[in-house]
Parts: sequence; C-alpha cells; structure tokens
Amino acid sequence: MATLSPRDRDAGYAEIEQRRSASHESFLAHRAYFWARVAGFASLFVIITYLLVDVEPRHNGGSWYGYTLGTIGAGLIVWLAWLGIRKRRPTPGSWSLKAWTSAHVYLGLSLVIVGTLHTGFQLGWNVHTLAWVLMMLVIISGAYGITVYASLPQRLSENRREMTREQMIESLATIDKQLEAAAQPLTREDADMVIAALEQDVFASGIRARFAGAGRSDATRRALEHISTGRAYDDDPDDLAQRKVRALLGKRAAQIDQIRRQMQTKALLEIWLYIHVPLTIALLAALTAHIVSVFYYW
Amino acid sequence: MSHILLEKTDHLSDTIFKYQKGKHVMATPSNLVLRSDLDFDAGKRETILDTWDRQIAEGQVNVRTNADVTAIAGSTGAFTLSLKDGSVIEAEAVVLAIGTQGNPNLLKLPGADLPHVQYQLDDPTEYVDEHITVIGSGDAGIENALGLAADEAQGNVVTILNRRADFARAKGANVKLLEEAEADGRIFVRRETSPIEVREGEIVLETRDGQETIPCHRIIARTGSQPPRAFIEQCGVEFASADRAAFPKLTPSFETTQPGIHVIGALAGYPLIKHCMNQGYDVIEFLDGNTELKPADEPILAEKFADLPGRRTVDEWLETFRSQVIILQELSPLQMRELMLDSTVHAYGRDEVIFSRNEPGSSMFAIAEGSVLVEVDPSDRSVTVPIGTGSIFGEVGLISGRKRGSTIRAAESTVAVEFSRLAALKLLATAPSANRAVNRISIERQVLQIFGSGLTPEDIAELVEAAEVVKVPAGEVVIEEGADDKDIYIVRVGSMVVEKDLGGKPVFLSYLPAGSYFGEMAVIDGSKRSASVRAAIKSEVIRFPGEAFNALLDAKPDIRDRALTDMAARREINDFVESRKASFGGAVDMYSQTAQFLVDNGLGEATDVLLIDEKLCVGCDNCEKACADSHDGLSRLDREAGRTYAHLHVPTSCRHCEHPHCMADCPPNAIRRGPDGEVVIDETCIGCGNCQRNCPYGVIRMDAKPPTKPGLLNWLLFGAGPGPGEASYAWRKNKAAEAGETAKLAIKCDMCSGIEGGPACVRACPTGAAIRVSPERFLSVARLEEGVD
Repeated sequence: MATLSPRDRDAGYAEIEQRRSASHESFLAHRAYFWARVAGFASLFVIITYLLVDVEPRHNGGSWYGYTLGTIGAGLIVWLAWLGIRKRRPTPGSWSLKAWTSAHVYLGLSLVIVGTLHTGFQLGWNVHTLAWVLMMLVIISGAYGITVYASLPQRLSENRREMTREQMIESLATIDKQLEAAAQPLTREDADMVIAALEQDVFASGIRARFAGAGRSDATRRALEHISTGRAYDDDPDDLAQRKVRALLGKRAAQIDQIRRQMQTKALLEIWLYIHVPLTIALLAALTAHIVSVFYYW
Repeated sequence: MSHILLEKTDHLSDTIFKYQKGKHVMATPSNLVLRSDLDFDAGKRETILDTWDRQIAEGQVNVRTNADVTAIAGSTGAFTLSLKDGSVIEAEAVVLAIGTQGNPNLLKLPGADLPHVQYQLDDPTEYVDEHITVIGSGDAGIENALGLAADEAQGNVVTILNRRADFARAKGANVKLLEEAEADGRIFVRRETSPIEVREGEIVLETRDGQETIPCHRIIARTGSQPPRAFIEQCGVEFASADRAAFPKLTPSFETTQPGIHVIGALAGYPLIKHCMNQGYDVIEFLDGNTELKPADEPILAEKFADLPGRRTVDEWLETFRSQVIILQELSPLQMRELMLDSTVHAYGRDEVIFSRNEPGSSMFAIAEGSVLVEVDPSDRSVTVPIGTGSIFGEVGLISGRKRGSTIRAAESTVAVEFSRLAALKLLATAPSANRAVNRISIERQVLQIFGSGLTPEDIAELVEAAEVVKVPAGEVVIEEGADDKDIYIVRVGSMVVEKDLGGKPVFLSYLPAGSYFGEMAVIDGSKRSASVRAAIKSEVIRFPGEAFNALLDAKPDIRDRALTDMAARREINDFVESRKASFGGAVDMYSQTAQFLVDNGLGEATDVLLIDEKLCVGCDNCEKACADSHDGLSRLDREAGRTYAHLHVPTSCRHCEHPHCMADCPPNAIRRGPDGEVVIDETCIGCGNCQRNCPYGVIRMDAKPPTKPGLLNWLLFGAGPGPGEASYAWRKNKAAEAGETAKLAIKCDMCSGIEGGPACVRACPTGAAIRVSPERFLSVARLEEGVD
C-alpha cells in the first residue's frame, strides 16, 4: 500500500464505497433501463433493415441477410443460456448477476424479432421451424418468469411475517404437541376428529398440492367445524377443554394456510424454470441440428 | 523443590475438564514455543487430559485435590494457606493459577447447605423421575431447565424460578424456547417467585400471592458467579486499576505487589493455555534462582523489532518506547512486553504516508522517534499540523470505530508503535493516566477537525478544559425538543438520531454518526431546541458548555460563519420534512418508521449491512449459495431469518459494527478489522465460541470446514456432489468422516475480503434485492425524496 500515492489511496477507498453501494434498483430498471434501450434499438434497427434490404427472391434464412441474423441469433441463444452457468459460479470479478439478468431479459425478448425475421416467415414442418418454435416457447416461459418475478415477491414477504421455513414447520409441530395434550379430556368422537387432523399428511407432495394454496378443506378444518358448530355457546362442563382445542385447531388451520400459501407462491415463482431450462436445452439441440443440416445440404 | 499443587475440585485441569466431550482444543499462538515439561498439542479434550494426568503422575507432582483455599496470610518466606476443610499449609512462595471463572454465587437461605442443592449441571440426562427446581433467570438457568425437560421419558418435573416478571437477562432465543416449553406443559415457570427455605424433598417459595411449598428433590442454582478479585485482594495483592477488566500489578517475574505471591494465566491477563503453561515454567525457574531466564516471548519481540533501525536489543527498544511515549510511562516492563506482543512497530521514511483519510482502521499510533504531519485540508496536501515525539495519533479511529479522518505522513524518519484496537483498549483500561491523556487529546483533535483550519490548540484550550464526556444509554434523550438548555455536543462513540415531533408523532430527521456535532442552533441564535436528539445505541458524547463555545465564536468570526452555513443546511432538512409532512403524511410516517426499524436492528452501530428488498427477492437463495461457494463451502448469512419492516429485510448477517461486540472477549485476539473495514476472524481462532455468544445479532456460527465438493460441471453433467451452495449437514458429515474431521471454528461474514469484485451475496443476486449499505447513506432524507413507498 505504501507504494501508492495518497491520492490513489483516496481514490481506492472511494471506489470501494462505489462498489458497495450496488444501487438499489431492480433487475428490470438496472442502469436506468440500459439493456431495455439497447435491445429496443437493436430490434428497431433489425425491423427497419428487414424492410429496407431487398433480398431476391424474398427474405429467407439462406440469404446474406438471413445468415447475419441467424448468426446473431445463435450467438445470443448460446450467451443467454450461459446465464445458467454464470449464476451458479460465484467467481471473483466485478460482474453482477443483476446486470446479467437485466441483459438476459431484454436481449432475450429482442430474440423474438431477430429469430423470427431470420426465418423470413418461412415456417413449415421441419427441424428448422422446430428450433424457432422451441425458441418462442422458451421466450414465452421467460416472459411468464418476468411477470411473476415482478409481482409475487411482495406476496411472499407479506405471507412470511418474518418466519423462516423451519420456524413455520416448528410452529406447526408445537401446535400439534399442544393439541395432542389438550384433546385428552374430549369425548371419544371429538378426540377422533382431532386425531384424524393430526394424522393427516397436510403436505402430501405432488404438483397439485403445491399449487392448491390456502383455505382448502382438510381434516383440521373438519375437526374445527365439528367441534365448534352449534356448540360454541353451550353451557358444557367440558367447554374449557373444548375451547382450548378450538383455539388450537384455529391456530393450526392458520399455520397450515401460511405454509401452503408459501409453498404455492414459491411454486409459482419456480415452476416456469422447469419449462424454461429443459426447453432451452432442447432448443440448443434443435439449433445444432438446424445449423448442421443447413450446412450439410448447402 | 518442595511443593504442593492444590486443586479445588477432585480432578486436575478443571477448565478443560468442563469442556464438552470430544471438543477439539486448539494450541495457539503457534509461533510461541512450549517450555513446559508437560506436552501440549492441539487435539481432543480427552487426549490432552490423559497426557497431562499421566505426565503429572510420572513427574511425581505432589497433588492435593479437594483443597479449596479460603485465605492466604503472611508474607514472603512464611505464608499460611487456610483450606476449607480446616487444614493449614505453610509455604515460602505461592503461585496463583486460578483463572477468572470464580466461584458460583451460593444460595443464602435456610437449608442451602443440604446435599441436593447443586451449582452445576454436567449431564441433564443423569436424572429421572425427579422434581427439580432451577433457580436463576439467566441463560445458564434456562438452558439447564430446558435440558432437564428435553426428554419426556426421563419423567422429570422441572420448575424454574424467576424473581422478576420477565427474563430480561437471557437471550431472546432461550426465552422463546422456555415459553414454548411452558405452553407445552414441559416446564413450570414461576415468575415473581423467590425461594425462602430449602427442606428435605421440598422447597418453600415466596410468590406474589403468598407462601407456597412444592415438592423438590434437587435444586440447581445458577445465580451467577463471583470473580476471584476479592479473594486475591485479601491476600494483599493490588490491581492495576479499579476497572473490572483490570489485572493484578505484576513484575517481569509474575510477582504481585505482595512479595512471594505470583499470578499466572488468565488471571494475569493471558487466557491461552500455552501462555499459562510457559509462565508456570518461568515462575518456577525464577523461584529456583534462574534469574537469567528470558521470557518465552523474547524471540517474537525480537522478530517484531528486527526491521527497526539501529540494531538495539529488545530490552533497549522496550525502554525507548516506555520512556519516549507519554502514555506508556507508567507501565511495568511486563506490561510493556504484553502490550508489544499485540502491537506492531514501524519505521517510516520522510513523507511516507502512514494512513490515509477514509481508510478503515481502529488502531492507535504512538511516536517513539521523529514526528508526523496531519493533512487537515483534504483538498490541499500542504496544509498540515505537526505531531511530535512522544505523542499519539489515530485515537479518533480507535474511540469512534470509524474511518480515519485525515491523512498522516511522516515529517522525518520516524519510528512509531501501532497498538491494535484491543491492546490500546486494554492499555486505557489499566493505565488511568494514559486514559486521561488520550481523552484530552482526542477531544481537542475532534474539535479541531470539526471546526477545521484556522484554529490552534491554544484557541480551544478553554473549551476543551470545560468539556465533559457523558455516557448515554441506548434510547436516552440528550436534547429535548422545546427545552431551554444551551450546551453543544460532539458524538464521540456510537450514533444519534434526530427527531421532531410533528402532529404528536416523532418524525425521523437525520442520523448522526460518531464525529458529528449537534446542539449548535440553540447556542448560536439563542432559540429553544428545535428537535430532539437521542442515542441510537449505547453512545458517548462530549458536552461543551454553550458559553465557552460562544466565546470561541466571538473570537473567531470564520468559525461562526461556517457554523451558520451548517445550521442553514440542517434547517433546510427540517423544513423539507415538515413541508412533506403536510402533503405526504403517509410517506413521512413510513420513512420515520423504516428508519426507526433499521436503528432497532443494529444499523445505528453498523458500518456495512446487507439489506434485502423483499419486493424484489424471489427467495432463490443464490446469495447464500454464492456466500458458501466463496468461503470454504459454508454460508455466513441466513437470508430468511431476521426482521422485516415495510418489505425491507435485515437478514442474519454481520453488520461490521463500529465497536464489534464479538471482539470483546477473544482469547487469541483473532478478530480484527480488515483493510476495507470488515470485521474478520483469522486463522488463529481456537473455537471457544465467545464471539458467537457475544454477538447480539446471532451472525456468527461455529462449524467445521467441509471437504471440497466436486466442480460445477461435474455436478451439472454427471450429478456429482451436492451442487452449488452449502452442502447438506449429512453430506458434510459423511465426507468429513472419510477425510478426517476438523475443529469447529467461528465463521462470519468477512465482506468477501480479498475477493475481487466485493461481496458475493450482492453480486450473485439476480434481481437486485440484495444491497449493502452504510447507515449514514441509507438513513438520509434522500430516501424520502426517492419516495419511500
């Protein structure tokens, strides 16, 4: 450090400040929509040149213009797919995944123009069109991703109420333990309802369960209805025990709802990746087939 | 040599004996050679204890266990040691190696001496079908109660007593567990209850509603412990100061002020095992007449001083430092050695920069030879103030915990001592005159720094004389809005928030970090206080009487102009917030409450915090994964845990506090501030867990470094290994079993120190939800202008 002049050192600390202050902007608004502007201008440029350039006999993938767009498109696809690696490899260096995502989103959308104009609207039942269809499906699933990323995080945060996933599960386990103890004095019929609620596997796995969300009828709600319906104000000597069970069942239902809502929101945020990623791999395969066949039948 | 080793318990090495089974004991500092005849190397607790027990038996050490010394009387050559069992031992010299743990506070009530009253719980699974009462509302008591009630099959009926209504002394997490156990009916919690009599099989309690007797087969009393200081003072030994952290005054041969009594180990200020073993060796050598023996740290100091000019010996250098530097003059040679072990020495050439403005750093420097220049004007290097031989610099960084205020360079060839933060704090705590000198210098320099050029120390001498350092607990109001007082303040340690009452609600105006001043408006224009200022965290302020400040302003019109400019800027903020309040009341409320939330969550003492905007966070946990993959496969951040307000989430991750709580009690001094201001734990960590317990934000974890994972492509293509991010506990455990287990050490965020590009958590966030902020930038009105929604 002693070799640096004082001025350099000052500048160095200023730079550290700068780096840390990773500005508080979303991936969509990153650098004042820099990549949106780049992608927008690029798309506009491609559309205008497509209209102005006169290719004989008509626009197609095999013209010089078509090859240019095809090369750009293929390059873009490979680079866009590279995000999957980038995201999982936190190597040193001043890259920001947010910047990558921002570029990925906007350049990916511009691929609709680049890829489609590359075809010259010559679509048919062949491997070339397969690549285009796969590309469009990847982009559509990505557009869904942008929508949920922009709208759902807030719901996730509100539903969480500062609890972590483990805490939610623990809270449910605690309620269950208390419920088991509290249900001891109940009548056989009531106790059976509570036991049924406790025994039911509330998080039966499967895609449907994850998407079903909160407020579903299940053994807990049935027990709650059974024990509370019409009896809430009975002057029953056992009412103290019932009241406790009722309160705990209510708590349990609310806790299950919170967990289910959490699972549902997370599922909505993640499901598209199960389409986006495999389709991307299929697209890369189809793209390879497309390129190889084009040059093979030159 | 005729000797006897007295041990209070029925086994030797009690501190290590009490470690949990199988704990890996570390042997730092590694550069220190072991002199003792007993072997000691890092390893499992059992191995170490076995080795020592065997070697003590082989060496035919005369050991007497169950020998609790209650008093030491007499003087050198003729001491009498009274034991608890009534016997008396005579000795010519005494070596105390009793540590700092002390004795547990005993219950003072009838029946407290019954055999079923105990002060420690070694193994909670030992007891079955008993009525057990735990007395004490601290963490120890709660943890014991939870342990005893953990397994229902043991059938214990566990009751915990608390004199007060709440468990304020315990950690939040423990209290929560206790309340849960209470709700489950596993533990009976009796609040506002104290024991009044212990009987065979029962205990009498004083409750809010009168006396009550409950069955009780065992009592576990955890009501704190008494440090051994009182006992040692009774032996005629003097301590360096009245400070709680002070150690006994010692000569280079570890002799106390009571000749013939020696103190070594933790009690002498050396908590590491190796130090203590070496000192034991040294003391016995001294007593045996080997006065030529050099301390074991001699080679370490020689290495430290090797680069200094003039080929002086270690003793000569120590004497140079002690005689030249004002704040070191009252130190003993032993204290000097200890201080130098935690310090570094530098030789600077003319014009060499020692530290730069805005450089993080909390060490303090003292000039042993030569002099330095302070560049007081950031825009002009030639405007300087000299500091001469014997004086200190860098003390503002030490006291405030903030970045360096100005650049300092050597005016000539200079030899300076750099005291690490911990060494400096220890010095200030043990040498009262050093403390006073540093205080005075720091107040003077802070005033000069704030009111800038054109002032000389003579101009402000009167003001500094009248200054007073005031400690302010968190949340306490220093200035009350509407009040008539006329004092002016500088924030010395901690931070303040400025609030104004608008329509019955406190509205957050600004955040004042250490080094700012406030209260000047009322002094200058004689008005009432226009806003309240209260401490965001435990702080210290310097109070100057308004008249003295006014006198200075009258003498120096430039300063008055500058103060007026500052004041106008502050007025503007007030007016801006007030005008916003009328039109956008909701936004101002939200801004105020968000600011308050962040202050409550430690932003007031932070230097750099990770925040997550939950309006953007999709919960992918890429931040955690990137953290783990950048740091030995363990994540130092828990995204989900932590508090949230208005979608702003403060995850469990290090805040890099100005005065890190974790540094408070680290035996090997392994925690320090790195070059970018980050608080890091270095490789000398011994895994004691003190920092983890001391951190109020729960951001330190103890874990063993896992074996390396297969690479990303191997995982991606062939499914090898656990994939990106922290591997599951099961995977780590299985792999560690193959590769050999390593010690559990403390790990925490190091702000990706040394990694190009900076914090991986922020770089790896795909949506921009993760941001790192410093409080003064984040808690500014600019946020209100951005529109806090």
